[in-house]
Amino acid sequence: MSEKVIYVKNLVKKFGSFVANDNLSFEVYSGEIFGFLGANGAGKTTAIRILSGLSKPTSGEVSIAGFDAYRQTEQIKKNIGYMCQKFSLYEDLTVKENIILYGGIYGMSKLLIKERMAGLLAKLHFQKDENRMISDLPLGLRQKLAFSVALLHEPKIVFLDEPTGGVDPITRRQFWETIYETSSRGITVFVTTHYMDEAEYCDRISIMSEGKIVALDTPENLKKQYNAASVEDVFIKIARP
Amino acid sequence: MKRFLGFVKKEFLHIFRDYRTLFILFGIPAAQILIFGYAVSTDIKNAGVAVLDVSHDEITQKLTDKIFSSGFFKRTETLLNYNDIDKAFKKGKTKAVIVYEDDFGKKLISEGKASLSIISDGSEPNTATLITNYTTSIVNDFSMEISGPGVKNLVKISPEVKMLYNPALKSHFMFVPGVITLILILICALMTSVTITREKEFGTMEVLLVSPLRPIQIILGKVMPYFFLSFVNVLMILMLSWLVFGLPVKGSIVLLLAECMLYILMSLTLGILISTVSKTMQQAIFISLIGLMLPTVLLSGFIYPIENMPKIYDYVSSVLPPRYFIVIIKNIMIKGTGFMYIWKETLILTVMTLVFIGLSVRNFKIRLE
Amino acid sequence: MIKAIESSGVTKSFGATLALDDITFSVNESEIFGFIGPDGAGKTTLFRIITTLLVPDKGNMKVLGMDSITDYKELRKNIGYMPGRFSLYQDLSVEENLNFYATVFGTTVEENYELISDIYSHIEPFKKRLAGKLSGGMKQKLALSCALIHKPRLLILDEPTTGVDAVSRSEFWDMLGKLRKYNITIIVSTPYMDEAIRCNRVALIQDGKLLSVDTPQNIKAGFSRKLFTVKSTEKYKLLKTLRKNQEVLTAYPFGDSMHVTLKNDSSEKSVLDYLMREGITDAVIREADAGIEDRFLELMENGFKA
Repeated sequence: MSEKVIYVKNLVKKFGSFVANDNLSFEVYSGEIFGFLGANGAGKTTAIRILSGLSKPTSGEVSIAGFDAYRQTEQIKKNIGYMCQKFSLYEDLTVKENIILYGGIYGMSKLLIKERMAGLLAKLHFQKDENRMISDLPLGLRQKLAFSVALLHEPKIVFLDEPTGGVDPITRRQFWETIYETSSRGITVFVTTHYMDEAEYCDRISIMSEGKIVALDTPENLKKQYNAASVEDVFIKIARP
Repeated sequence: MKRFLGFVKKEFLHIFRDYRTLFILFGIPAAQILIFGYAVSTDIKNAGVAVLDVSHDEITQKLTDKIFSSGFFKRTETLLNYNDIDKAFKKGKTKAVIVYEDDFGKKLISEGKASLSIISDGSEPNTATLITNYTTSIVNDFSMEISGPGVKNLVKISPEVKMLYNPALKSHFMFVPGVITLILILICALMTSVTITREKEFGTMEVLLVSPLRPIQIILGKVMPYFFLSFVNVLMILMLSWLVFGLPVKGSIVLLLAECMLYILMSLTLGILISTVSKTMQQAIFISLIGLMLPTVLLSGFIYPIENMPKIYDYVSSVLPPRYFIVIIKNIMIKGTGFMYIWKETLILTVMTLVFIGLSVRNFKIRLE
Repeated sequence: MIKAIESSGVTKSFGATLALDDITFSVNESEIFGFIGPDGAGKTTLFRIITTLLVPDKGNMKVLGMDSITDYKELRKNIGYMPGRFSLYQDLSVEENLNFYATVFGTTVEENYELISDIYSHIEPFKKRLAGKLSGGMKQKLALSCALIHKPRLLILDEPTTGVDAVSRSEFWDMLGKLRKYNITIIVSTPYMDEAIRCNRVALIQDGKLLSVDTPQNIKAGFSRKLFTVKSTEKYKLLKTLRKNQEVLTAYPFGDSMHVTLKNDSSEKSVLDYLMREGITDAVIREADAGIEDRFLELMENGFKA
């Protein structure tokens, strides 16, 4: 029985009188690849910020990796990895400097950072390039690097916010293979994307529209339910009122 | 703690890799020290002094020689009558006039006392005070010299001091026009320097370029609104100066406003020129503020008279628009001069404006490289 | 009939980076022509050369029969350009933005309203709202309206659908389709391969080179091998297993199935048997038609590696 790593019940987030998240309820299990979809402005970013400990809910129960989203946001941040759109590495620092920086921020010991860095660089075949400036690297490589850095401290959950935007089709698929591999190690991957075909790679997906979750199931089941040939068709049917 | 240090290390790395910031961090203080050291001087050197001598005798000659051989003063002209004094000051080169009374020498010998007047240009109170003090002490020296050793009754030459234009020697007669000069150029240049650069940064410039709009239209179009708004600003500033500081406008208000608008136009086009060379708004703001503020405060004659500075600063100052505007504004407000005395400065400002516009149009990149 | 665009040998570098390498193609009038390729492929650089904002190092670019370097003034009156970043005035309202662009091009909103009415009607209820406060989809529509308001002969849209959800993207292409009757030539760039079929002709671009220029149908037909789809519930295991198989040439995840090509003479059955032996019992394998993305991947593999 997989452990629940994300538990959300009746989550509400209001900004003044505007309800950005309207009674969201869902659960995500360890090792799952969970796709979080929705039109722009549907409330995805708001929800992700709450799940990653960056903001607090207005009401409802939210627990991430066993930590409460109201009172334990610092522990949440320590136990998750986060990769925001495109990349979050400093362009005027080298690969090595970025890894050491983030390792320090995650509270890892120098020894551990060194160990993990060696493994990371080996996996990406990047051992000789640890002193290259991030700004010199092509986009696809930056993407992969950012993802690896987000996993440096081996968190239980990693949040990916549109990680494959604008990247070439081969790199995109390589990235998803890395996601598969990560999930097979028991790490939960919570990902948002605008590429509908990527939604198909997920174990389960949810679709948000106007602050609410309007669909939550495996891609296969949703396609059957809405009589659609692809997730894109499901999306077009239900993501907009 | 480790986290904190890791973060500090990152910040250091950012700074050292940003060469522009480093230059500002170390370059500007160094430049400041050098400029400050030389430009700022409260001594007098080469202050312009004119002489009105109706007596024309041996003693006045001797005293005059002594005054000018001190090295502090430079003889500007020899005046023939009292009415010429005002004109001399308005020309700007003379900072003080020494007036000997009739039959100075005779009176001194027969009565043992004579008087002379030191009339100083009060619109620069600091300089005026210094000139007066220096002159007075030279005159007293002279008194002692001609009295001879061991004489009981000193021959007395009593200098009568008069500050023209600013009898109470209010220092804000010096400061406020200077502050007006400084504020107008800073604000105007800042406003327009940001506006073009902002379009570049936000991306709207790309779309503007792929349109029938010509560079000159874009440039003048950006200057126009600020021109009208600045007029309101000028009125407000003059109003405040008058109400709060009691600063008069002795000369023609119409002329003053016209000159202010010229200066504003010049500043706005200078801002546009800055924006054509700045890639980011941050750069534009930097150049406008830092690049203009210091030279204006130190080198335009605002606080420290240009005559007191080494010659090289005089040359540098001659390309600074504020230098000319300060002369104009002080003349009109404090000395009440007409256009005749400030036509040269006005012309210079006009030419500068046209040059800035011309350079801006030329620099304006019609393509993205 | 003059060509809307004739590019010959266009090359452009920025410092040491070669952004465009010998780009040669042409676009016919009234076509919807798409440039498909990822970030860094050179799409924006190429568009900037077409819109006269950049000058090529080598080669020649003719737009609407005019030279892009010497005739830039005239060209800039005839092009509607919507650059990549959102580039309308965020602090002006919808209405004010539209009026501004109409006036700058010497026309009025009323004069060409018919052209944009379909598009503008979606955002008209918000016409007093500041552009900065619009949603991504609405900003797109406003930007398109502003680019069209002076009835340009050539419309150039740089990644108009990037970062926008699938529904808005679909709507956007519907709107472009409706513009055809006005004989406006439309050039669009996009990283989304599936948008290729909405164009009359398409250029695949990667790393500054054109991989292929043709109709979407012909590009698909250019796929040199047989394509198979393989489905199974255990996607990752399927992928790894397929890659291990000697008979498999390429295996790529494509949504809910894998797209697989086999080495010559291999058959589906032998692959299926192999999968069974490896413990994947529910695999379904079928022959399929290649899509644009399959062809793109093939072209990339054949020597245009990223």
